[in-house]
Amino acid sequence: MALNPMEQFEVKPVSWAQHPLFHIGHSPIYFTNQALWMIVVFVSLSLFLTLAVSKGRVVPTRMQSLAELSYEFVGGMIDMTSGPAGFRFFPLIFTIFMFILFCNGFGLLPIAFTVTSQIAITFFLTAVVILTAIVTGFVKHGFGFLKLFVIKAPVVIMVPMVLLEFISFCARPISLSMRLFANMLAGHTMLKVMAGFVISLGAAGGAYTLLAAAPEALIVGLTALEFLVAFLQAYVFAILSCIYLSEALHLHDNH
Amino acid sequence: MDVQAAKQIGAGLATIAFVGSGIGIGVVFGNYISGALRNPGAASTQFTNLYIGYALCELQGLFGLLIALILLFT
Repeated sequence: MALNPMEQFEVKPVSWAQHPLFHIGHSPIYFTNQALWMIVVFVSLSLFLTLAVSKGRVVPTRMQSLAELSYEFVGGMIDMTSGPAGFRFFPLIFTIFMFILFCNGFGLLPIAFTVTSQIAITFFLTAVVILTAIVTGFVKHGFGFLKLFVIKAPVVIMVPMVLLEFISFCARPISLSMRLFANMLAGHTMLKVMAGFVISLGAAGGAYTLLAAAPEALIVGLTALEFLVAFLQAYVFAILSCIYLSEALHLHDNH
Repeated sequence: MDVQAAKQIGAGLATIAFVGSGIGIGVVFGNYISGALRNPGAASTQFTNLYIGYALCELQGLFGLLIALILLFT
C-alpha cells in the first residue's frame, strides 16, 4: 500500500486527450488536468456571478445575496486598506479573490485537481499584483515612488532600514506565492497521508481494522479545517494584494 | 554518509521552522483574543491586522517547508 501522497499534484495530460494540441517550437503543448480544472473554475465562476445577478431583484434570492455578499466583502476590504482611491483596483482584487476561492474550493472535491497547488499559477497571480503595484507607483509618483524605501529617521538608522525595506520588497513576490502554494500543498498532502493510514490499517485485518476509524474521523475534521484554510488563504492573498497596491498609491502617507 | 541521506536529514531538520511558526500564530491569536475580551468594541476593527500578523507568522514556517522541498526535489 505504498501510495504516494504527492501523486495528486502531478500535472499530466487528461486521459481523453493524450496527443499534444500543438507545438511551440519543439515543446509539445498538452491539454492537462490543470487546464481542465481551470476551465471548470472559470465556467462555474462566470455562471454563478452572471446567473446570480441577471434578474437583479430588490429582495435578493439566496444566490443573489451570495454574490452581493462577496462583492461587499471585497469592497469593504479595499475600503479598509486603501480608502476610496483603491476602488480602481476593485476588478483586479475581486477577480483574484474569487478565482483563488473557487480554485481552493474545487480542489477539495475528492476527484479534483487543486490548481492553486502549482507554484506556476500562484506565482503568475502574484506577478500580476506586484507588477500592477510597481507600474501604479511609478505612474502616480514618478521616481518619488522610491521614497517607499525611505523612512524619516537619523542617517545611522535610515541606511540599514532602506536596505531592509528593499529586501522585504523583493521578498514579497516569493512570500505571496509561496504562502498560497505551500498551504494548499501541505493541506492536501496531509489528507492523503491520513487516507493512507486508513487503507493500511483496514488491510491489516483483525483488531486493526477497527482502529482504522480513528484516522477516518481525523480526516473528516481535517477536511473541515481545509475548508477554513481554503477561504482564509484567498482572504489573506486578497488583503495583502490590497496592502501592496495601497502602498503604491499612498506611499507611507495615511489616507 | 552519502549526499542523498544528508539531504533527507536536512529536509527533516528544515521542518523545525514550524516550531517558531506555531509559537507565533499562538501569540498572534492569543493576544487578539485577550485584547478583544478587554475591548470588544474595537475587536472587529483589528480583524485585518490579525490576519496580516497570522500570514506573516505562518510564512516563516513555510520558508522552512520551501527549503525542505528544494532539498528533496533538486
